[in-house]
Amino acid sequence: MLGRKKFILGLKEKLIEKLLFLCSFLSVLTTFGIIFILSAESIEFFKEVPVLSFLTDTQWTPLFVNKHFGILPLLCGTILTTFIAISVALPIGLISAVYLSEYASDKTRNIIKPLMEILAAVPTVVYGYFALLFITPLLKKIIPSISGFNALSSGLVMGIMIIPLVASLSEDALRSVPNGLREGAYALGSTRLQLSFKVIFPAALSGIIAALILAISRAIGETMIVAIAAGQQPRLTLNPLVPIETITAYIVQVSLGDTPHGTLEYRTIFACGMTLFLLTLCLNIISFKLKKKFQEIYE
Amino acid sequence: MNRKALNNFWDKLFKLLGITSISFGLLVLLALIIDVIIDGYPRITLNFFKSFPSRKPEMAGILSAWVGTIWIMVITALISIPIGIGAGIYLEEYAPKNKFTNFIEINIANLAGVPSVIYGLLGLGFFVRYMNLDRSVLAGGLTLALLVLPVIILSTREALRAIPSSIREASYALGATKWQTIRNQLLPAAIGNILTGIILAMSRAMGETAPLITVGALTYIAFLPQNPVIIKDSFPFMGISFQGLFDPFTVLPIQIYNWVSRPQKGFITDAAAGIMVLLILTLIMNSIAIFLRYQNQKRVRW
Repeated sequence: MLGRKKFILGLKEKLIEKLLFLCSFLSVLTTFGIIFILSAESIEFFKEVPVLSFLTDTQWTPLFVNKHFGILPLLCGTILTTFIAISVALPIGLISAVYLSEYASDKTRNIIKPLMEILAAVPTVVYGYFALLFITPLLKKIIPSISGFNALSSGLVMGIMIIPLVASLSEDALRSVPNGLREGAYALGSTRLQLSFKVIFPAALSGIIAALILAISRAIGETMIVAIAAGQQPRLTLNPLVPIETITAYIVQVSLGDTPHGTLEYRTIFACGMTLFLLTLCLNIISFKLKKKFQEIYE
Repeated sequence: MNRKALNNFWDKLFKLLGITSISFGLLVLLALIIDVIIDGYPRITLNFFKSFPSRKPEMAGILSAWVGTIWIMVITALISIPIGIGAGIYLEEYAPKNKFTNFIEINIANLAGVPSVIYGLLGLGFFVRYMNLDRSVLAGGLTLALLVLPVIILSTREALRAIPSSIREASYALGATKWQTIRNQLLPAAIGNILTGIILAMSRAMGETAPLITVGALTYIAFLPQNPVIIKDSFPFMGISFQGLFDPFTVLPIQIYNWVSRPQKGFITDAAAGIMVLLILTLIMNSIAIFLRYQNQKRVRW
């Protein structure tokens, strides 16, 4: 009897393990699903549009009569807004991280970190509203020539949105530097500022770069802010004052229209998605590797 | 000034800069909230919650939007929570240390960083087209479930990792099997932190816009998915129907997006009012999560 009970118990254990394994395997399936769906439609797309003209044509007009399929204008818009966002988020996020890690008391940190989390939790559509109806009118007072839709205001707001990401990831990196280094520097008479930038910062550099790369990846993939506030005009320009369009905003634009399944226009969003996926995948993997390496040094 | 005083001066200056930097983001958040309240407060009436969207801004409401949001969140939660916790348990407690496990881990870290609009394309290609779910609330919920899965997996793993191994060893020493240990010792101890992760994941799902637009949520919809509970005249007076799962839908963020992108001034007021509702819900959920985490940290157990 006992043997039988043990057998059933063992069977149950095995079954549960298999079930739990399947749960985690679903994540692998998700990745394969993404790659499969994106490539299946992209391959169809590239049968009609040569890869070379996709990568080098300077116009993106798939919805016009005179069709051009050059990703460059969309890529340019994406890079432009990302650059503006990072120029805001990197300095502010890093200074905040150094302050939180080296200056702030535990009590201050316990109040500020949850507030930062709330800043990060605001839905992006809300930030889009804010960019279009608050920041753009504000910018118009300073730069009268700015268009109603522009890369600048969406880039700025996107920057504000990713400050918490940069701040909290860099703070993690700074804090994981062993305390011995801090004590050593203090013993030599350095101030907190000297300690932060001459000792802790270099020691945590790879972790901080990992955070920066993740922030770039996040900015590239951000969708609603640019879809609302940056306009829908693919344009090969680095002028932040005129309407542009990003890869993500184009996907939203086409999804909103009733583009029939199986047409070339429908497939453009998958080709765009593929570009976006490859870009962010590379950045995410680099960031992950850097972080792993960084953790190996200090843990 | 001598060298020491100068050093101290720079140190103080940097501290000021740090406080300014941190306040900057928070002040922007405050400006945003005030701006939205000024624009949207006049529209927050009972009718706003009871009306469908309309061509006339002053008649428009968020009925179909909030009902859709509840549908989506329930579906997302039902799918992502059990699978996410299961995957977290496997990776933390069962998975052997080998190349394949490492691959799954890199994979999950990467999935957490995939732009949400890509999940939308996956949903469009797989759920909407391949599985023929059409532009239904089920397709939307499934898509978001995949999207928030990494968040739940990661928080489950962290919660389990925080439990000292002595708890596991004690349980094994008493003759418990692995699953008994997990079910009776580890999960009850970790549930607080897991719950925090779940609430954050659901808050994220509530605010997501782009993937649902890609999956094909409608921007103008004047009916609701069929109610799952049907009142009947005869015994047992109630029935359950899953037909609503296959109905088209909209959600709160998409309704807001639709209003923001219209030129008429009146719709801006509607958008601001919708944002107020969305922001309040987000703030409540995040506050609960933060409070829960704080409580868990306070409780010294081991």
